[in-house]
Amino acid sequence: MVDTPRNINRKIGLRMWLSGGWLLFLLLATLFAPIISPHDPLAQDLFASRLPPFWMDGYEATYYLGSDSLGRDVLSRILYGAQIALLVALIASTATCVIGATLGVLAGYYGGWVDLVISRLVDIWMAFPPVLFAILLIAVLGTGLTSIIIAIIVIDWTRFCRVIRAETMSQSAMDYVASAKAAGRARFGIMIKEIVPNVLPTIVVLLTLEMGIAVIVEAILSFVNLSISTDFPTWGGMISEGRTSVHQAWWVIVFPLITLFLTVLSFSQLGEGLKDRFDPVLR
Amino acid sequence: MGDNIFEIQNLSVDVFDMARKPIIGAAPRLEILKDITFNIQHRDVIGIVGGSGSGKSTLGRAMLRLIEPSGGKIVFEGKDITDLNESELRPLRRKFQMIFQDPMSSLNPRHRVAAIIGGPLKLHGFARVDFLIEEALDHVGLPKSFKFRYPHELSGGQRQRIGIARAIAVKPNFILADEIVSGLDVSSQAKILSLLQKLVIDLGLTLAFISHDLSVVRRLSNKIIVLKEGTLIESSLTNKLFETPEHPYTEELLAAIPLPDPGQVWE
Amino acid sequence: MTAFLSIRNLSISLQNGERILRSVNMELARGEVRGLVGESGAGKSMIGKAILGILPRALKIDEGEILFQGKNLLNLNPRELRKEIGANAALIPQDPLTALNPSHRIGRQITNRLVDILGWSKGDAVKRTYDLLDEVRIPDPKRVINSFPHELSGGMRQRILIASAFAAEPKLIIADEPTTALDVTVQKQILNLIGEMQSRHGTTLLFVTHDLGVVSKVCQSLSVLFLGKVIEDTNVFSFFDSPTHPYSKALLAATPKYTDPESDLIPVSEEILNSVKEEVVQLDLEWSNGR
Repeated sequence: MVDTPRNINRKIGLRMWLSGGWLLFLLLATLFAPIISPHDPLAQDLFASRLPPFWMDGYEATYYLGSDSLGRDVLSRILYGAQIALLVALIASTATCVIGATLGVLAGYYGGWVDLVISRLVDIWMAFPPVLFAILLIAVLGTGLTSIIIAIIVIDWTRFCRVIRAETMSQSAMDYVASAKAAGRARFGIMIKEIVPNVLPTIVVLLTLEMGIAVIVEAILSFVNLSISTDFPTWGGMISEGRTSVHQAWWVIVFPLITLFLTVLSFSQLGEGLKDRFDPVLR
Repeated sequence: MGDNIFEIQNLSVDVFDMARKPIIGAAPRLEILKDITFNIQHRDVIGIVGGSGSGKSTLGRAMLRLIEPSGGKIVFEGKDITDLNESELRPLRRKFQMIFQDPMSSLNPRHRVAAIIGGPLKLHGFARVDFLIEEALDHVGLPKSFKFRYPHELSGGQRQRIGIARAIAVKPNFILADEIVSGLDVSSQAKILSLLQKLVIDLGLTLAFISHDLSVVRRLSNKIIVLKEGTLIESSLTNKLFETPEHPYTEELLAAIPLPDPGQVWE
Repeated sequence: MTAFLSIRNLSISLQNGERILRSVNMELARGEVRGLVGESGAGKSMIGKAILGILPRALKIDEGEILFQGKNLLNLNPRELRKEIGANAALIPQDPLTALNPSHRIGRQITNRLVDILGWSKGDAVKRTYDLLDEVRIPDPKRVINSFPHELSGGMRQRILIASAFAAEPKLIIADEPTTALDVTVQKQILNLIGEMQSRHGTTLLFVTHDLGVVSKVCQSLSVLFLGKVIEDTNVFSFFDSPTHPYSKALLAATPKYTDPESDLIPVSEEILNSVKEEVVQLDLEWSNGR
């Protein structure tokens, strides 16, 4: 018939499998790091410094990805570094998301003075240069995991707020909202029951993107030595330390870089994939 | 007259004209509806006709208090509802329902049909919601199994039937239908129009039918009001309007309708 | 003798094999105005797009030919097609707002095509633009040429698009639902304008629409499409007098006429739809067996 409904078949694409697989692998690695790590990530062994990875000459057993200039095992440090990376990614981005999205939905749906206050706040907030802002914050709060997480929330909530506000505004203009109003539903009920479910796919995409961003921010802060104390391994810290010996031992910097790259890419790809699956209409 | 369901008196609506907002200070007001007065009696089917930008949709939404009027009075079943607040309006909202132009945007894409029709029923405290949902689906000629579908799984015509089912489920006294067939093909349009005609008779509905298409309006309504640029320019019984239109714009509208007839003289 | 434009056995399908057009045949004589009528999903717009070589990527042409002045457009490479179509054919699109670039002034949008694609000199192009705006009866062409699209009304924008379509004196114009977005009173003016321009320039016009009323006003002949298949091909007088195909009859009966309020609107019956559908299923079966 001319007037047939569309039937949409959605498959989990290769993209989702790969990105999801990598993140799952990383999660398991973090959980079981104490068991599967071949070495103590902090143990220095100057007799085993700058050992190359397993396929090169001079490789020494169990230092699969080589060792750094202090003789610490690169693989073990990456595995333990994943703990910090994922912890920051999950906690910081979820908190950022909750704060930013809530304010965004409120501003977009209620409009008027609520919107005015929130939007102005966002405008002012975004005028600060983010990196300086972060460094300033950590200078005040002191280094440490909590400070990094707070820094990320404080800087990035505006990203959520702006996007979600715009999306909420466009959903609020839809007739299903008018129809709920015509049915006599209260304003708060309309926001929770009608609008939020429709803004959710956007929130999920932003959330996964934010996870990737959080990993990068953590790495950058570690790189400039503003992350948690240097005696716990972080990817950013490894990259920073590896920089000095890149000509003699490239593996010290390259492996954490690859891990970081794959992780951030996986988060963004997962987000794209989730968006397609989440959307019943496929706009 | 006692049997008026709606009395609209000197209704005006205006909005801020953001296009002409000065850099400092408030935007000027732009009048969308000017001084509209008309009545709708019980069991009327009234056509509200006009071109785009004539204010016909605004009029409909202002009548149902979905848009705030800036002046005038709206009386529903003898009660002035112009200044009622949302919680005072809530019990009345069951009595006047609306069917929207675009069923894709007026049905929440994340709700199943059962929730779309059942939501207003629960809100107004109906018992046996499930039974009423099925009854409404039956009225619009859809099988019960449609309860479990999402809007995107339906065709355009079926979606519009769900929009109608949602409106009639709460047993309203008045329904406003805003351009409900303009997005449909003629064959689905014909089905929806006959369905509406049947429901008006079976359920004893009072209906206001907003449309730009005079051919469609003539088929349904017994009275017509014509709007142009926010002003009511003609209000008349349907047959009278088509036979002896009073306002030159109405005449122009009639003359511009392309009849499916190559013999029609069109100049 | 070959017709001015003839479409033979044109079949188009989606990449997943779902058929959009099913062996469509159509002939247009020079100067003919033909309506292409159908409901949404009938594939009517795809014919115009196939002629202009602007089919969406998701579609592929399975077989058939489009002979334009004796040349099969489907055999031309993209460069030859651009040359052939750019100089000889034009489109009047449906939505006058999105068809104009919002960030360019009107004058530039008309002259650009003449200068960039057809190699006119700037002076000639500007002069031609003034003449055209005059011809489509736009008051104060100087102001309009310097305006942006959002500063003009819908009817005005559609006049601009008509002017732009006729700018290079094309031999063929495809009008894709050009008045669907307009009010009836404006639609009447635009239809009259298109008719007037067509007869003055002797252009061949393929008019895609869902509105039988519009067809009866503008066209001499029409092809009715249903499920990607031409089910009736005739001149307007015999069509509106006595349509032969049951679907055409049903379509006509479902179209409301304000002059005839007592006649019932008869929705297209399931029987008719099913019989055509069966026919189509049969056709598709033969088609896929033949490949």
